[in-house]
Amino acid sequence: MSAIDRAVPVRPAPAPARSLARGRAARGRRRILVTAGLGLLVLVLAVVSLMVGRTFYGLDVVIPVVFGAEVDGATFTVGTLRLPRMVLGLFAGFAFGLAGVTFQTMLRNALASPDVIGITSGAGAAATFAIMVLHLSEQLTALFAITGALVVAVGIYLLSRRGGAVGTRLILIGIGVAAMLDAVIAYVTVHTGSFWDQAALMRWFTGSLNGATWSLGLPLIVGVAVLAPLLLALGRDLGLLRLGDDAASALGVRVGRTRLLAILAAVGLIAVATAATGPIAFVAFLAGPIASHLVKPGGSLLLPAAFVGAALVLAADLVGQWLLPSKLPVGVITGIIGAPYLLLLLISTNRKGATL
Amino acid sequence: MSGSQLLWTLVAAAALVATAAASIAFGSRDVGLDDVLAGLGGRTEDLDAAVVPERLPRTVLAVVVGAALGLGGALLQGVTRNPLGDPALLGISSGAAFAVVVGITFFGIGGPFTTMGLATIGAAGAGAFVYAVGSLGRGGPTPLKLALSGAVTAAAFTSLVTAMVLTHPDVSHAVGLWQIGGVGGASWEQLAIAGPVLGAAGLLGLLLARPLNSLALGDDLAAGLGERVRRVRLLGSLAAVVLCGVATALAGPIAFVGLVVPHAVRLCFGSDHRWLLPISAVAGAVLLTAADVLGRVVARPAEIEVGIVTALLGAPIFIVIVRRMKARGI
Repeated sequence: MSAIDRAVPVRPAPAPARSLARGRAARGRRRILVTAGLGLLVLVLAVVSLMVGRTFYGLDVVIPVVFGAEVDGATFTVGTLRLPRMVLGLFAGFAFGLAGVTFQTMLRNALASPDVIGITSGAGAAATFAIMVLHLSEQLTALFAITGALVVAVGIYLLSRRGGAVGTRLILIGIGVAAMLDAVIAYVTVHTGSFWDQAALMRWFTGSLNGATWSLGLPLIVGVAVLAPLLLALGRDLGLLRLGDDAASALGVRVGRTRLLAILAAVGLIAVATAATGPIAFVAFLAGPIASHLVKPGGSLLLPAAFVGAALVLAADLVGQWLLPSKLPVGVITGIIGAPYLLLLLISTNRKGATL
Repeated sequence: MSGSQLLWTLVAAAALVATAAASIAFGSRDVGLDDVLAGLGGRTEDLDAAVVPERLPRTVLAVVVGAALGLGGALLQGVTRNPLGDPALLGISSGAAFAVVVGITFFGIGGPFTTMGLATIGAAGAGAFVYAVGSLGRGGPTPLKLALSGAVTAAAFTSLVTAMVLTHPDVSHAVGLWQIGGVGGASWEQLAIAGPVLGAAGLLGLLLARPLNSLALGDDLAAGLGERVRRVRLLGSLAAVVLCGVATALAGPIAFVGLVVPHAVRLCFGSDHRWLLPISAVAGAVLLTAADVLGRVVARPAEIEVGIVTALLGAPIFIVIVRRMKARGI
């Protein structure tokens, strides 16, 4: 797909070595600048989510409260209500963006994101079962979600491994698996006696940050802290994998090991994020293409995409909570914003005649 | 008519009678055959026999919706020449759902006739949109491009429906149950309005069997054989959209019936649309009624909505179809 393919530059004619090096350096600087800008955007959005609410608190109140100061009223509102919610959104967006772009890079197809091919649904189905039927704790639920996502990932891979065109077949099979697992989620949420629990329903159907607590966020934070550095360290090798397995191994990449580690880490990230917030629509799908529009081709998209994911979730939650006449969960907002963007992406790719 | 086609026709007819009978007999309370007959004959003094008139509209609704989806799916696959044609996969059901929820939420429209009209308009709009987006670019409307634009469109409509439901809690119960897809809330009034509409659309579809056979050879060859290709495609799409839209209005978005049934029928009858279309209608009715009975029996005394059962049964078959497709065809 266009956005990702563009990362492999097509050079019309052999350029002199010096200007090539200069160009690469300029691109590198731009990437660092864009990544830093995105990081700053995430920070600003995070601070704004702590300040805005039914009662507005300025920076002079918010910052001391985050560092543990006791302020009447603000300690509860900011420290107990807004801070866990913000952290949950930040980490979930980061995880969805990072995992999404990893899948897109590895399968060389921007459509092969984990929420389209059923990985997110696998984690969601396992998590709903763990919470609503078995009434497990947050930690065990996260383990269940990781297992479910892994089983789905392996299953889709094995089912699509037959003859050529594994990539396209994998996407179609993933769509089928996702439909089946979504039916499981619908059954479990509707039939476990909590049909009127709107918060739970919304969380599992569209993704929501309502009811955020530290115990809900803990597995997510630990998962991101362990898996994100691992994936980011693999970033260079993953980029080289785009050149094809032979070229990558000639350049010193241990292809099999890199791919396995990256898949495991990405599936784990999707699972912990889904267990905490539900499947926030389109974030994993969109973060990669948006990041590759912002960053010039060449070099890793992982960190920029992760920041885009976090910014998307935080911004969508702010919009859903405070900018609309009535409150909407974050997944509804990302779904409404994301769908037109996705269609544009499909249309522009189809126009260019790229192979889908 | 070959011997095997006759045999399979008898099998399909027998299956329809058997599943319909099972749908009346089984439920949270099982009813014996004599009570079924007594209930159908109008005697309801016995508790078991009294259940029968309650279950009858539900059975008829399952048969009607299943037939509409089976025939609609076969038409969609014929018109688009696409093996993955299914009202839910192509975003048609979610378009219908969106239109209905807009009607309920913002205009207070709840009557069965207007609901069906809205559903058909929404289905047509979504179908046309998905087909247009999926046809852009090289290779025309490939199954993958159509499936992806369908999935994306469905996701967008689902988000919009969720947003409307959340901001209007008064409609959330009705919409929520309906969205999962069920035939439990059947009524005779509903059926009396939907029946003629579905009958007309179904008849139109069946009349297109011979032109669709020509269309299967490719547009150029079909035109050479004297078919007016555009008109056939337009009428076929119209019939399919009405069938799927009204079925969605009646029972919510039900996935995979329209996809799986024509494939199964093709295995037994070959790809002649004169067989494929009517038998798909019968087989769709069998599948949906059987799925409804299964959903009632498996989790007694609770029920599993028929939309969930068809997704669980249909998705594995979808995967088998995708695996059998040639790499080039995807």
